[in-house]
Amino acid sequence: MAEKTFAYYPGCSGAGTSIEYDKSNRAVCEELGIKLVDIPDWNCCGSTPAHQVDHVLSAALGARNFAQAEQLGLDTIITPCPACLKNQHNALEHMEEPGFAERVNELTRRPLTRKHSIKSVLQVILEDITPEEVAKHVKTPLSGIKIVPYYGCLMNRPGKSMKFDDDENPMALDRLMAAIGCEVLDFPLKQDCCGGAAGVADNKVTSRLSGRHLQVANHLGADAMVVACPLCQMNMDMRQAQANAYYGTSIKLPVFYYTQLMGLAFGIDKSRLALNKLIVDPAPVLAKIGKSAEEAQA
Amino acid sequence: MEPIQLGRGDTEFIRKVEEESRQVVKKCYQCGNCTAGCPMSFSYDYTANQLMRLIQLGQRERVLKSRAVWMCVTCETCTTRCPNEIDVARVLDVCRHMARKAGYGGVFNNMRVFADSFLQTVRWNGKSHELGLMALFKMRAMKPFSDLSLAPSMLLKGKLPYLPHRIKGRSEVAGIFKRFSEQQLKELHAQTTDDKKPAGGDK
Repeated sequence: MAEKTFAYYPGCSGAGTSIEYDKSNRAVCEELGIKLVDIPDWNCCGSTPAHQVDHVLSAALGARNFAQAEQLGLDTIITPCPACLKNQHNALEHMEEPGFAERVNELTRRPLTRKHSIKSVLQVILEDITPEEVAKHVKTPLSGIKIVPYYGCLMNRPGKSMKFDDDENPMALDRLMAAIGCEVLDFPLKQDCCGGAAGVADNKVTSRLSGRHLQVANHLGADAMVVACPLCQMNMDMRQAQANAYYGTSIKLPVFYYTQLMGLAFGIDKSRLALNKLIVDPAPVLAKIGKSAEEAQA
Repeated sequence: MEPIQLGRGDTEFIRKVEEESRQVVKKCYQCGNCTAGCPMSFSYDYTANQLMRLIQLGQRERVLKSRAVWMCVTCETCTTRCPNEIDVARVLDVCRHMARKAGYGGVFNNMRVFADSFLQTVRWNGKSHELGLMALFKMRAMKPFSDLSLAPSMLLKGKLPYLPHRIKGRSEVAGIFKRFSEQQLKELHAQTTDDKKPAGGDK
């Protein structure tokens, strides 16, 4: 299979709170023949705070990254993080509007010279690789574990702008997780907001919102939740204890990045998947892999 | 809510919101889809559709002084479901920018303090720094104990690097922020000169 090469934007949290996402993503892309070339000396896209302050400032931070990517001669950037995706996707979209690019250039002083695009790694795996091809890489099917896929808000909404999957009932994670052998449960809250970055300002907001997802997942009998967004993961995993305290529940639901489970199914060395970085211990769930329900009970 | 006298709204405010958001707020016919799907309504004083109506009526002060403009998390459920294809989230984001410029929101508005603290770490380093952000936020919001229970496990797992990753081009990034701040100041100055002229009422 021909290798596909993209400029890669890891996002700031990839070196911190979502280090397991960046690591497992790199390992999975390597296995699938997706070559990632890191954008040299990339900067923060500004995330939620930048667009909350000003759209031109937000676009300018993204524009510098596109300018840096021009050095690579690669016009398509891919990123694992939906917040980085959304911000920089909006930057490109807004710069098509009359007068906007000029305002951005006043801030960056580096007008872009090529046409760029940005998409999620998930989109590349789903559309360019396809679930059928993913299934061919599976060495250990993850049978015996039931998961709920949680997409979060940003990756494909609104559909007319993001042009990926369905903006009310996305299926990308459902299909990929089924391809690696998981039992995928229908999750009615698959795209309902977890509270995003509001957790730092007020963790009661994220507790209130993400606590519902955890309870519904628990009620459905899920062994784990699977996500594609560092903010969702943080709110569901790191803040799970806060959500439990808020609702008086005692849920212990591991929250994996989809790339971690794909890596497991591909037989990639566990150290490259950084499973030990998850806050809620995934060991009991991992022990179920390959066992039937009766075996797991025994 | 105080009665609103129709026809006496701030038309300049309506024009500005439409210009900055590139949305036609007149198209909103109050179906309420935005509010039905909004996950943050519980924290709002005005719901999303009420805000749209208030903007149509030129109620600048009511909109910009609302709690809702700060609490929106831009999940874009409203934008996705609007039958008139209004990007409601973008409209609210623009109102938040205007509220910020007008100096509303107060010193202890945690959403505002969070955004400022985050961007400060980007301005310094070129990348955001989670631990630095937490420290700045706690100091500025005077909430030293918030999220403290999360720190031990995150530090132990190496998920909160102590030192920021600083990029080589950080002065270039700082330049973006510097020019932005200068523009804002200039705009503010122009506005205060404008304010000396008699303006339309809000009622």
